Amino acid sequence: MFLSFQETELANEVWECLEHVTDPELDEPVTDMGFIEDISVDPQKRKVEVEFRLPTYWCSPNFAFLMAFDIRIAIAALPWVDDVKVTLNDHCFVDRVNEGVNGSRDFSSVFAEYCDGESLDAVRLKFLEKAFVRRQETVLLGLESKGYSGESIVNMTLETFDEVHFSNLEEAKQKPRYRSLLMSRGLATLPGDPAFVTWEGNRLTKAGLRDYLAQLRGVRINMEFNGALCRGLQSTRYKEVEIGPDGPTLVDFIQNRVPPRDAGREPAAPT
Amino acid sequence: MYKTKDGKEIFVVDGHTHFWDGSPENQSNVHGKQFIDCFYAYHTNLSPPEQLWEKSRFEKYSEDDVYRDLFIDGPDDIAIIQSTYLRDFYKNGFSSIERSTSMAARHPERFIVNGSFDPRDGEKALEYIHYMKEEFDIQGVKMYTAEWNGESKGWALNDPAAYKCFELCDKLGIRNVHVHKGPTIIPLSKDAFDVHDVDYAATDFQNLNWIIEHCGLPRLDDFCWIATQETNVYAGLAVALPFIHTRPRYFGEVIAELLFWIGEEKILFGSDYAIWTPQWLVEKFWDYQIPDDIAQERGVELTDEIKEKILGLNAAKLYNIDVEAMKEKLNAAPVQIAAE
Repeated sequence: MFLSFQETELANEVWECLEHVTDPELDEPVTDMGFIEDISVDPQKRKVEVEFRLPTYWCSPNFAFLMAFDIRIAIAALPWVDDVKVTLNDHCFVDRVNEGVNGSRDFSSVFAEYCDGESLDAVRLKFLEKAFVRRQETVLLGLESKGYSGESIVNMTLETFDEVHFSNLEEAKQKPRYRSLLMSRGLATLPGDPAFVTWEGNRLTKAGLRDYLAQLRGVRINMEFNGALCRGLQSTRYKEVEIGPDGPTLVDFIQNRVPPRDAGREPAAPT
Repeated sequence: MYKTKDGKEIFVVDGHTHFWDGSPENQSNVHGKQFIDCFYAYHTNLSPPEQLWEKSRFEKYSEDDVYRDLFIDGPDDIAIIQSTYLRDFYKNGFSSIERSTSMAARHPERFIVNGSFDPRDGEKALEYIHYMKEEFDIQGVKMYTAEWNGESKGWALNDPAAYKCFELCDKLGIRNVHVHKGPTIIPLSKDAFDVHDVDYAATDFQNLNWIIEHCGLPRLDDFCWIATQETNVYAGLAVALPFIHTRPRYFGEVIAELLFWIGEEKILFGSDYAIWTPQWLVEKFWDYQIPDDIAQERGVELTDEIKEKILGLNAAKLYNIDVEAMKEKLNAAPVQIAAE
């Protein structure tokens, strides 16, 4: 059975809103990472169900909770949605995560209970800072490789920054993401504001730029280690996913899980 | 022995290897299955395609496999076998000192077998340390701070119970403490692989050498900061090294940080066998150069002399191996190709 046109449209909308939910450690959308396994939409009941899976059975529970919560929050914000169910599959803390994210309890208390008393807001902030560092480093190195001097970088205003064009894909991708964090954290808001400040809001100095970049590099080395492992582990784990009895879904199509049209046919006889 | 293209012979001490049994017969529960599956995923993702093993062999490999992979096909002169029990996951332990010692007995000149203990066992841990010293004359131990033990999901090197154990190690001359501080594979929100406990333990036990396996990744900056302040902290390259194949530039950044912060005398090669085999790792490492921009940024270089230290000379010092004497001894007992 194929999804009705309306259901497909709505599932598409859910997918698009999940593009803004990131893996906190990698700062990559959960959709790009291939974590989302299934989206089902019931327009009558105004209900959405999402299933997701992480690269390993052992992924840290606080990441699992953060992503589960963020998925639920993002979908619940859609105007036509009344009810959301988020299911994590194949993880050592499946029961706790699924009960925590779908129950009526406040997320912070669920998080504190299962993650050794950690504060949900504090953990979120920590990961936001890492994302900031990573995006900023990419942009700073991009400017350096374009020939901008240390002095022109530390004095660059938001207005000038907006006019910079990166041809490198990663730099072009991180530029708006860096800018959006600057704005949402209130680190730079007006065209004349400096485009480069620390997470604490301090100005960068020309003399301190090299040390500052070394510090950013340290954070990135740690993040990349996790990222490389995650991506690698995930790429083998997801090969196991099977198409359900109702045929391929939208997510199957997006994730390229749909078997080729001639799959299952007899191989052509050698000629 | 690794022979370079220009004929130089490099002495190789593989600082981090295992002889495990992760087979379904030995698994106690789903955690045991998932643990070895996770290892296998590391293997499949960071190995060159021609080095991939079948799952069943990876779960449980033979004594012959070890000997061939490390010494015949591989360049190791000496391999340090680490013990890891994971008693909550595996019936007879994941890799026990008894099983490893019995394997090593066939070629005792080639192996150093380290023990392991769990400080949460209290008095029993102390008794066990005595047992390992008396029975196996161990020189080192491997600590796995994220091991589950009943309700406990981890411990720290500076827990009082751990200090009692390290005091005993010091007294008995068990000098080398290898500590797994690496990727989080066991689900603890309290991060059992946080490296800050190393700082306390290394300061309080100056006679012991603290070899931090996986160099604290993904907490390299914390680890480097601690290691620079302690004279008795070393970095084990297991898990970091395979990136030399999948992401060589990234490996360059890691090794540049290590050289800059803790220096060439304190970095140790480890293949993490059987997750990876030493042959391709050593070959690639010998041929490797840190990309210029990264080397310049940190003002470091990776010369042949430095590589030789990392591949064997540094570990030889920690384990009191007289390299020249050992070379002669090993030459007198060359690797034996098993009779078919």
